[in-house]
Amino acid sequence: MFNIGMSVVSLARFQFAMTTIFHFFFVPMSIGLGLLVAIMETMYVIKKKPIYLTMTKFWGKIFLLSFAVGVVTGIIQEFQFGMNWSNYSRFMGDIFGAPLAIEALLAFFLESTFLGIWMFTWDKMKPIWHSLMIWLVVIGSTLSALWILAANSFMQNPVGYKIDPKTGHAVMTDFFAIIKNQQLWYEFPHVIFGAFVTGSFIVAGASAWMLFRKKSPAFFRKSMRLGLIVGLFGLLGGFVSGDGQMLYLTKDQPMKFAAAEGEYKNVKSPAAWSVVQISNTKEKTASYRIEIPYMLDLLTYHKPSGNITGMDQVNKDLHKKYDKKFGKNMNYYPPVNTLFYSFRIMVAGAGALGMLSLLGLWFSRKRKNTIVKQKWLLLLLTLATFGPFLINSCGWIVTELGRNPWVVYGLLPIADAVSPSTSAAAVLFTIIVYFFLFSFLGAFMFVYAKKNLEKGPEAIDDTIEYDTEDPFSKEAFSK
Amino acid sequence: MSFLQLLWYFVVGLLFAAFLVLDGADLGIGMATRFLAFNYDERQQLLRTIGPHWDGNEVFLIAAGGSMFASMPMWYASLFSGFYLLLFLVLIALIFRGVSFEFAENAETKKGRNAWMWTNFWGSLCTAFLFGMLFTAMIQPVPIDAQGNIFASFLDVVNPLSLLGGVALTALCLYQGLHYATLRTSGLMRDHAATLCGNMYWAAYPVEVLFAIALYFQTDFFVTHPIATLFFLVVIVATTVWGHLATIRDREWSAYIASTVTLAALVALIFVGLFPNVLIARNSAHTISIVSASATSYTLGVMTVVLCILLPIVIAYFTWSYISQWHRVSLQEVQEDQDGY
Repeated sequence: MFNIGMSVVSLARFQFAMTTIFHFFFVPMSIGLGLLVAIMETMYVIKKKPIYLTMTKFWGKIFLLSFAVGVVTGIIQEFQFGMNWSNYSRFMGDIFGAPLAIEALLAFFLESTFLGIWMFTWDKMKPIWHSLMIWLVVIGSTLSALWILAANSFMQNPVGYKIDPKTGHAVMTDFFAIIKNQQLWYEFPHVIFGAFVTGSFIVAGASAWMLFRKKSPAFFRKSMRLGLIVGLFGLLGGFVSGDGQMLYLTKDQPMKFAAAEGEYKNVKSPAAWSVVQISNTKEKTASYRIEIPYMLDLLTYHKPSGNITGMDQVNKDLHKKYDKKFGKNMNYYPPVNTLFYSFRIMVAGAGALGMLSLLGLWFSRKRKNTIVKQKWLLLLLTLATFGPFLINSCGWIVTELGRNPWVVYGLLPIADAVSPSTSAAAVLFTIIVYFFLFSFLGAFMFVYAKKNLEKGPEAIDDTIEYDTEDPFSKEAFSK
Repeated sequence: MSFLQLLWYFVVGLLFAAFLVLDGADLGIGMATRFLAFNYDERQQLLRTIGPHWDGNEVFLIAAGGSMFASMPMWYASLFSGFYLLLFLVLIALIFRGVSFEFAENAETKKGRNAWMWTNFWGSLCTAFLFGMLFTAMIQPVPIDAQGNIFASFLDVVNPLSLLGGVALTALCLYQGLHYATLRTSGLMRDHAATLCGNMYWAAYPVEVLFAIALYFQTDFFVTHPIATLFFLVVIVATTVWGHLATIRDREWSAYIASTVTLAALVALIFVGLFPNVLIARNSAHTISIVSASATSYTLGVMTVVLCILLPIVIAYFTWSYISQWHRVSLQEVQEDQDGY
């Protein structure tokens, strides 16, 4: 075809990044919202108060919207491996296909079948059985995350395989090793907790916005508190699992770790932690550093001592290890600045969300409920709705860009994974269409979610009059 | 060829057949919203019959793709990269159709709901048509290099057989949807569906004859498997006649089963015709066979164990979901539901 000055590899990479990030807006959202809706319905089963049923239906509508977009963008992901990355599929098919097929059999059937039942059986099932349906959906989507991450973990840390001498492809030798992959058991909890946080902050943030506008305060206060409590739990889990993951990275992917911390040279104990820096990727030096002494050791090893291996050293080691197989021209340095700041946005963002949840819970507590008066906090909480999306994306950028230049770590460089038969023009064309499609879907999803929000709980249950009480009186909230 | 390889070729075929039979009805219902229904409520009545199921039915496609990837990765890689733009269009159609259900319910203005209903119609129609094209493009000889890369030109994808395949599958899905509608709706809608279906069957015969002729000229099915090909073509025509007669005599279940067998026979025709290959190259040395496309026996073994454990469970709750939701949807019910919200 004609030359458009861009390589198929870089276009295919861009397309993969774009579709994955967009898909990963909606996956955590639907897992997290699913969990919250399931909790709400369970509370209805236990406490039998109609407000919980209204909550279930109200947030359930937004959950269904996110689910719809999540599902359709997921099909792109499955097809894309074959379409853009056929050499990768050939190389990895023996290993990668299995978790993908199991994902469909074990997870997708479960979630979509029981979601279908859940949607249409409100009056036909006892509440306890009806709530079981949504729990099965949540289990299904969690299992789906587990299996796709099993596939991803192999790409980060290949285990249970050998290279077929005839074809040069990776073949599976131990299925259980792939499931037991250490990488998976660090990655999976972190992603799931991230999903819980996402769903929680959508409920909490959207509720905060409605409280700011003084709409149905009793309903939205309850929703907000539930969101903040689950969110706090998710943040805590995310922190613990992420912490373990970083320590694991120092051994398993030291380059990713060093790049996320922006360390070129080896750092002897005690290592200082840089808050801000600009890395010169050509000269391989860092400038404008603001450091906190001892902090890097404390963060990494949880004690004020320990050596950190810098990127230059890791680069040498990698060249020594792989030069025979992949040649001397491989560039093992990942995009340092991107990793450095993605990592910091992720950590700082999670910290900020934690602070906001504590404040929100404090001001909305039963005894002294003044949340509607804290306009600044409500506005910050509203903004926090979008926080998890940014944080999740940053997390994936660290994980995926950090394994540069590999698709499968140590086995397959990115450039060798792309489809030889697709033209740059075809990939560019699909990128453009996907871009408009995603903007379109995202916009409609947002508008419809907002409309549902603004209609308020009264649109679902007009028999309960949430607004008869004076929203400013303390008694109104202490019920 | 080992037993496991044969088994997985069968499983992939079975999953595609299940997809066409079950989701084919959903696509047909989507198309029927413009042929049978004349206002929003009637369209809702039709869509309500597939509401709880279409999502799960579509998972058969994902399962088929995933199983193809796991059991015959070389097939998956070559097919998906070789028919790049066709698959891309399938994706776009599936995406628009997939979101239209939920978005139509959330749209508040009449215009908005109408737009999403049209989206559903076109999404369903294009999905069926493009899949028909894909299935029939896949069985023709294409330029494949030694590494298995397909360099398909426009005419490899768009030709008389693939266009007829598109038309045929669109029609079959529409019949399937109309049969399903006669089973799942009540009142005028049921009668309209039966009448329309009976009338539309006349169009099936010429398409089937032309399809057989194109099959003769564009594939090697009649050379490599003359008996099997003829057999399945006869089955397709016979079940079409059966479905036609059953529709005229108002035997709903019989007609539905007939068109189910037709769709399954079409998949069987394709999979038996290709056997023992999965992609036919112009240069026969590069043809990709089940054996050369296959994953290792270890992976196939693991997948077989997984399948034996999971498939019965999936079939059990999948069937339960249909049984527990099975009733004739009336127009009144749909209208009451809308008042409720």
